[in-house]
Amino acid sequence: MTFDLNILWFILIAVLYIGFFVLEGFDFGVGLLLPVLGRTDLERRAIINTIGPHWDGNEVWLLTAGGATFAAFPHWYATLFSGFYLPLFLVLVGLIIRGVAFEFRSKSPGAQWRRLWDWGIFVGSLLPALLFGVAFANLTRGVAIDADMNMRSSLFDLLNLYSLLGGVAGVLLFATYGAVFLSLKLTGELETRAAGLARRLWPFAAVAQILFFGASYLETDLLTHIGINPGPLPFAMLATLLVAGLFILRGRNRGWTFALLAFTIAAQTAFTFGLLFPRVMISSLDPAYSLTIYNASSSPYTLTVMSVVALLFVPIVVGYQIWTYWVFRKRVEAKPEGLVY
Amino acid sequence: MDPTLLAQWQFGITTVYHYFFVPLTIGLTTMTALMQTLWFLNGQDVYKQMTKFWGKLMLINFAMGVVTGIVQEFQFGMNWSEYSRFVGDIFGAPLAIEALLAFFMESTFLGLWLFGWDRVSKRAHLASIWLVAIGSLLSSVWILIANAFMQNPVGYELRNGRAEMTDFLALLFNPSVQVAFPHVIGGAFTTAGFFVMGISAWHLLRKSHVDLFKRSFQLGAIVGLIAIGLTVLNGHEQARHMIASQPMKMAAAEGLYVTEDPASFSVLTIGDFEGNEVFSFRIPTLLSLLSYNQLTGVVRGMDDLQVEYEARFGPGDYRPPAFVVYWSFRAMVGSGFAMLGLAVVALVISLGDLTEKAGRWLALYPLAILLPYVANSTGWLMTEVGRSPWVVHGLMKIEDAVSPNVSGEAVLFTTIVFTLLYGALMAADLYLLRRFAATPELAFGPLDAHAAPDLPAPSLVGTD
Repeated sequence: MTFDLNILWFILIAVLYIGFFVLEGFDFGVGLLLPVLGRTDLERRAIINTIGPHWDGNEVWLLTAGGATFAAFPHWYATLFSGFYLPLFLVLVGLIIRGVAFEFRSKSPGAQWRRLWDWGIFVGSLLPALLFGVAFANLTRGVAIDADMNMRSSLFDLLNLYSLLGGVAGVLLFATYGAVFLSLKLTGELETRAAGLARRLWPFAAVAQILFFGASYLETDLLTHIGINPGPLPFAMLATLLVAGLFILRGRNRGWTFALLAFTIAAQTAFTFGLLFPRVMISSLDPAYSLTIYNASSSPYTLTVMSVVALLFVPIVVGYQIWTYWVFRKRVEAKPEGLVY
Repeated sequence: MDPTLLAQWQFGITTVYHYFFVPLTIGLTTMTALMQTLWFLNGQDVYKQMTKFWGKLMLINFAMGVVTGIVQEFQFGMNWSEYSRFVGDIFGAPLAIEALLAFFMESTFLGLWLFGWDRVSKRAHLASIWLVAIGSLLSSVWILIANAFMQNPVGYELRNGRAEMTDFLALLFNPSVQVAFPHVIGGAFTTAGFFVMGISAWHLLRKSHVDLFKRSFQLGAIVGLIAIGLTVLNGHEQARHMIASQPMKMAAAEGLYVTEDPASFSVLTIGDFEGNEVFSFRIPTLLSLLSYNQLTGVVRGMDDLQVEYEARFGPGDYRPPAFVVYWSFRAMVGSGFAMLGLAVVALVISLGDLTEKAGRWLALYPLAILLPYVANSTGWLMTEVGRSPWVVHGLMKIEDAVSPNVSGEAVLFTTIVFTLLYGALMAADLYLLRRFAATPELAFGPLDAHAAPDLPAPSLVGTD
């Protein structure tokens, strides 16, 4: 198979999802841990402010992945989003509530008001974190796609043991990742508490990941289908997760721990896409009905135009996003005088 | 349950709702950037206060625009998968480019602006608000390029059972974009101008923060007048384009059933919208004049177009729901001209002392905030409903565009949840806008919101 634009766009979309999970992963974790970690209103505000300048930009990775799928693989976009109708709807509801909650919660002082939005942040982080795991597990397992590229799986088909395990594993990994992130971004007692949470969460995350990884060999065509040979990637992924765990338990090298978990998430996403390749959606009804990077794609002309645009602008976007992380590299203190609302 | 009808309702509800926030985001971000530029240049405190005050309202509104925009990115695939397959080769490109060029820029630099007051240099901070404003403008360009293909398809060929792009530049320079973009941007700045004038007038009537709101009102009047003037002028260009590209929409907007030459302009027509007029007041030849800039010219009526379209596209009803299109058009044009008048008055009284005699006029402006919202919503209603039965004019009908694998029940369920959720969020949004609009001190910084009490932890999952 020679390298062509279809492969380039498959890789680009994988990169967009990797960017989304690596960045929004800790945002979800922060949202999940908000009610546990923040004991006072001020503490909760400080926790939110660790991702305050970034969460919206992080979320755009998902919107861009959606747009890129539409542009490069219209059939993938159409089949995926009409097929995963209700899960995607719940993801949207979660993201809507969460985004508004970040902006609205501190703009009125009532206790009731803030409690409501804090709930919103928690639920709005839980729903997408869980459902993305469910959706990707189903993608690699295969769904009921008919000869007309329409997905006929019901909601209950999508909620199988394997996919739920994927969802739970994702939630736990994001929560651990978020705890490590918070231990890097907060100070004093909050920092200590965040590190403590990471210690308690990591074993659950590790067990869930290993179970899910094992189940993947049984539930997908990983062993028989030759797409991209993942080589040592799955083992590197597990190794980084375990080394991160060692660091977490010893309370050392938080920066490295964060990087290792980011790598775990990136590697797992890459692994998922590798499993699919060169398919983009696997039909459980008939392998011939699967969507591939060729039968689902746009015309060569459109792919060329989009390639030029992407190669010009992706580096610029990555550049200024990195710059804003640099600007806000300082830790956030739970003191009224430093907090932006 | 008919999934097509339900999906149309869902698209209508979510899109009109999204568009409550978008024009104000575009216009008010730019106006906030202007205010901050004034502060940057002359250092007067009042401009800093203006930046903080209007910036806060902009942020509240911005959040709603962002989250409702997420739905827009995905609902084509969810409810309109056949549409997505048919036009994805063309329509997906501007959407992806919009995300890559505009959404990243808006969201990243808005974060930098909001949290960066003391973290980056004044210059970089000012640049960041301008980048947000430019991002929101870019976003509107790309989404209009996508929409223009539905109104006036260009730069494509029908291949492999779908529309495939053959000329990217033709897509970018679609004549429909060239008339729609100035109109939409004009509408956005009009919205911001009237929003600023309305809230400023409310404060001036109460003699609160007179200096701040006088300057704000003046700026609102200047921006509002320029914007509404250009929007009205451009509306004329748009009508001329529409006559050529979508004559059926124009005929419906005018309640014109029979072809006329010279064509009369309907000021008010009451009928059963089956072609039987009960009452009609029309100005002779005006429609021809508006359409062609001359006293004669054929403007075709719906009945004749129907016959023509049946011959071209086969049997079917090619007439849009004239009732909606006709009244939307009138509501848009009517509020447009009302705003033009109000903007002129605003500029005149701005020259005098706004808290004295001329200030009696001020009482009009808080209510006038609604006018741009009426015009924005009805303008899009007319544009989108007026295109039916087509989803892509002349190429694909709405009934062929929906997802075949999504049940009516599913669409009904999501529509109900979206509507309830959006209703609740609107209540929260209006509550916050009112709170911050009425009490400017909340937004002045640097100790802005620290009066917030330290609340006990919510026991969500059993803290401690």
